[in-house]
Parts: sequence; structure tokens; C-alpha cells
Amino acid sequence: MQTGVRRYLLRRAGFAVLLVFAVSSASLLLAHLAPPGDAFGTDPAVLAAERHRFGIDRPIGEQYLDWLSRSLRFDFGESMRFHRPVAALVRERAANTALLGLSALGLATAIGLPLGVFTGSRARDPLAIVARAASIVILSTPSLVTSLVLLLVASRTGWFPAGGLPRIPLDASVLDTVAITTRHLFLPALAVALPIAAAIERLQSRAIHEALEEPCIIAALARGVPRHRVVWRHALRLSLKPVLAIYGIIIGSALSGSFVVEIVMSWTGLGDLMYQALQSRDLYLVAGCAAAGSFGLAVGILLSDLALVAVDPRVEESA
Amino acid sequence: MTATTRAGLLGLAFIGALTVGASVIAPHDPGRQFADLSYAPPMRPHIFGDGGRVHRPFIYPLRLVDRLEHTFVEDRTTRVPLEFLSPGTLVTTDESRGPWLLLGGDALGRDIFARVLLGARLSLGVSVAAAVVAIVLGAVLGAIAGYRGGRVDNLLMRAADFVLVLPAIYVVIVLRGTMPLVLTTGTVFWTMTAILGLAGWPYPARGVRAVVAAERQKEYAEAARAVGAGSLRILLRHLLPAARGFLAVQITLLLPAFILAEATLSFVGFGFAEPTPSWGVMLHEAGQAGTLFEAPWLLAPAAAMVLTILSLHLVSAGSSYSSWEDRA
Repeated sequence: MQTGVRRYLLRRAGFAVLLVFAVSSASLLLAHLAPPGDAFGTDPAVLAAERHRFGIDRPIGEQYLDWLSRSLRFDFGESMRFHRPVAALVRERAANTALLGLSALGLATAIGLPLGVFTGSRARDPLAIVARAASIVILSTPSLVTSLVLLLVASRTGWFPAGGLPRIPLDASVLDTVAITTRHLFLPALAVALPIAAAIERLQSRAIHEALEEPCIIAALARGVPRHRVVWRHALRLSLKPVLAIYGIIIGSALSGSFVVEIVMSWTGLGDLMYQALQSRDLYLVAGCAAAGSFGLAVGILLSDLALVAVDPRVEESA
Repeated sequence: MTATTRAGLLGLAFIGALTVGASVIAPHDPGRQFADLSYAPPMRPHIFGDGGRVHRPFIYPLRLVDRLEHTFVEDRTTRVPLEFLSPGTLVTTDESRGPWLLLGGDALGRDIFARVLLGARLSLGVSVAAAVVAIVLGAVLGAIAGYRGGRVDNLLMRAADFVLVLPAIYVVIVLRGTMPLVLTTGTVFWTMTAILGLAGWPYPARGVRAVVAAERQKEYAEAARAVGAGSLRILLRHLLPAARGFLAVQITLLLPAFILAEATLSFVGFGFAEPTPSWGVMLHEAGQAGTLFEAPWLLAPAAAMVLTILSLHLVSAGSSYSSWEDRA
């Protein structure tokens, strides 16, 4: 591997570590600023005793350093609201969000990328014009709206379960488990995926359009290589860079989208937990959720950086 | 100007007019509860009577059949005429003979049409105010970064990149989480403006930085410096105007994100609260288990939201500045 590429990847890894550290620290400190909530009920004596037990009556600096040193040993404290270790709570919920987020990303890429290549390579095809229009409308329909509409469709038709985590019978086989999970996952994943798919389509469409004007592509066409082969093999590879370059942001918007979908479709994930933690001023749980979320984000960004290097090794140092 | 831009501007003008004229256009007070019209379906205005005769526009009043099941029948025997230009409103009906709920009623029998219109004022108002904050903050920070260069530039742009990567809604939710849970409508408005502005500044800042950094090398900026203009004057009079087109497009990209943020915050209970009408507050009711099945017209604010965001996207779609990166 060239030193330039290695330096670039090292820098990005440093950024990822900083991301997790800064996000979880900032959310702990911000949550500390908040006026006390109702996690312990309203009796002032109980409140004071519990605050003492969790150590949140100490000065913020001391409390933060204590939290930091324990987090480095993967002890994220105890949730004040659920009376359970934060790590266990977050692990359960993070798995649900990861399942939802990853299937949504996969679905969005599977729909958006080929559609973008199609609309970008045939500007005047009536089918492409329809697809472009549909994509702008879907781009304007946020996951909040999509999930409500899908909920309505589901409750009217009964085709798919209207959200909620699947309850898998204990004696279910592996195949059954997959089938049940897929059925329950479909609507939430679609709600998260649709706006992202539209965004990828728009971006890919423009990228392929620009790639088709590159001299090497025109040369390939002039040599008589069949057009669809030029588009799907050569131009596609050239055009992947802009989409991959913002995959980090796409992962972020998948997390944003899953926040609201989790709440609308009662998919008990990280977003739902984070919201409850913030509402009840559950400091360590807020920080734990933020750490888990930013960790997922950081891993995603690193993976997209790696993919970027694989597609086009000419990474710029400024990127 | 392309056709899509023109269509978008037309849509925005339409929505703007409805929002500004909301209190006159709304047939009823948004807080008025019609006890017998809980979850009443939308009422279509008619011109043709049952016999096929043409009348002045009228509605058939709804009669409650079953209070528990929320079933209604149209009373085809009476026609309640629409009254145009009566004092205070554009079109309404005589409330004692039968209120006119164009888009149906909510759980408390309030006029959804009126609430969508009045809600637009809050939802769009807070978004526009936040967009102004984000644009001003972004322009100032971007200009400083682009003009100064060096370490300041590096630091500011790293911070911007950092905020850009974070899922926007979480930034907003955590910032809102630091405030007391229950706030008055006015406080919510300004809190939300500040929070969204803080979350949105990196988008304009990056572009303004690029423009300023490029323009300050050009001869005209050099000339201004040579005749003794100060840094502030060069920035405000000479360099920032070059970013005007970019900033105009940025507004159309920030607004959709902010409209959605208001809706999401109010939807989960961190924003405006009942009985204040806002699009997010109204969607909260639609999101309750079972209500959507009974009264799909509760999605009216969602339709208004999509229409607004679509118009904004159409305006920016024709522009050379727009890229998905700015929209994420």
C-alpha cells in the first residue's frame, strides 16, 4: 500500500476515534446541564438519595473523569431509569437499530444505484423521466411521513405487520426466524430507505452523466464497445466516487431516519432508547447510547473510506 | 429560469399566500371544538343538488350516527350554503346549521383545515427563522475561515465537517434535551430557532468559505486592499456578495431539513405541544395507535409538508449549486 493511502486511512481512523470520544463526552456533559427529570419520582428525599447513589451530585469535572475512566474499561454505568447496566441495555437496542439501518442502507443502494445509472445514461427515455420525477417526490417525503403512510397501508390491507419487533417462537427453526424477521423488518426498513434511495438515485444519475463525457468513455464507445457494457462496467466504476464519498453522510441520515421510524413503528432500537433516556435525564444511558451510535457511525465512515480507496486509489490528502 | 424552478416558485407562492392569509382563509377558529364532529370525515363542497339542479356552493351537514364508532351520514335533506366574505373569514358556513370541515375533524372535533393553515405559521415560521440564523452564522464563520486561512480556517472547517457527519436529528434532540421539558409556545419557538441554527450552520459555512477563499485572490479584492480598504469592508462589500447566489440556494436546502426537524421534535413531544397547532403536533395525533386507521385525513399536515418540501426541491433542482451533500 502506498504511504499516501496509508496516511489517509490512519487520519480517518483517528477521526473515527475522536468522533466516538467527542460525541459521547459531549452528550454526557449536555445531559448534565439539563434540569433534573423524573427518573426517580418526585419525592425530594428519594431524589437526593438516588442522586447521591449514582454520584450525580458531585462536581461535573470529577463525575466526568470518573465516567471516562470507567468507560475505557467498558463499564458504562447503570441506567437510573431501568435499573440495569447501560452496556446490556444498549447492546440489545443497538442490535435492533443496526439490523434496521443496515437493511435500509442495503435496500436504498439496491434501488437507488441501478436506477441512477439508468436515468443518468438515458436522458430522454420517457421511463427515465418518470423515474426522475418519482425520485424528486420521494426525496421530498421524509421518513416521518413515509412511515405514517406505510402504517396506514399496513393497517388497511394487512399485507405486512404494521411495525413492532417480531416475537419469535422458541421452537422456530432458523428459516422461520429469518422469514418472520424479514416480514416485520420490511416496512420500517422501507420507510428509512426510500428517501435515501431517492437521494442516491439523484447523485448517481448526475455522476454517470458526467462519467459518460469522460474522454476514456467516449474512446471506448468510439472503438465500438457495446453501449450498455460501457455504461454498466466502465462508466459505473468511474461514477462511484461521488456516491461513496458521501456514504458517511448517508449513514448519518439512515440513523436520523431510523430515529423517527423506530418511534412511529415501535421498533425498539437505539433512537427510542436515547429519547427515553433524554426525557428522564438518565445521564449514563444518554452517554452510552451516544457512544454506541457514534461507534456505528465511525465504523460505517471507515468502511466507506476503504471502499473509496478500493474504487479510486488517487485519494486527495485534503479529502 | 427552468420550468422546474418556475413550478417550485409557484408552489412556494401558493403556500406562502395560504400561510400569510391563514387567519382569514380558515373557516373556523383552530381551537374551536365541535363535540359532534370528532373524527368527522372531510366534507366536499357541492354545486349539484340531489335532483341534478345547480345551486350556489353548499355542503351537506354531517349527522353523528354512532359516537363510539365515529360513524357519520350526510344529511342529504338540508343544504348548508357556503357564505362568502362574511366578517372575519373568506368562506365559511353557519356554524349552528352545520360547520364545514373541509379536511375533516380531529379527535376533539376541531377543523383540520384551519389547523393545517395556522400550523403552517408556526412550522414554517420557525424553519424560516432558523434558516436565517444558520445562514448568518454560516456566512460569518465561513467568511472568517476563508479570509483568514491557516489555523483558524482549519479549526472551523474541522468543526463543520464534524457536525456534518453527525445524524442531524440526534444533534437537535440532544440539544433540546438540555432544556426543561415543558416550555411555553414562545420559548419553544426561539429555542428551536437557536438549536436548528446551531445544527445547520456548517452547510452554508463550507460553501461561503470556498467562495471567499477563491475571491480574495482576485484582482478586484487586491485593488480594494491597495486603495486602503479595511478587512471588514472588503469582506462585506466585495467578497460576501460573491456568495449571494450560493446562499440563496442554501436557504432552499436548509428549509426542508428544518421543516422536518420541527415536525419530528413536535411529533416526539420535544417541540410545540397541544393545543397549539403545528404540523408536528398534528402528526403526533395521527401517529397514535389506531387513529390513522379510523381517520386517514389526519395525514393532511403530512401532505402540506411534502408539498412545501417538494416546491423547495424543485426550486433548487435547476440550480448549479445544489448537490445532495448539502441536502443530507
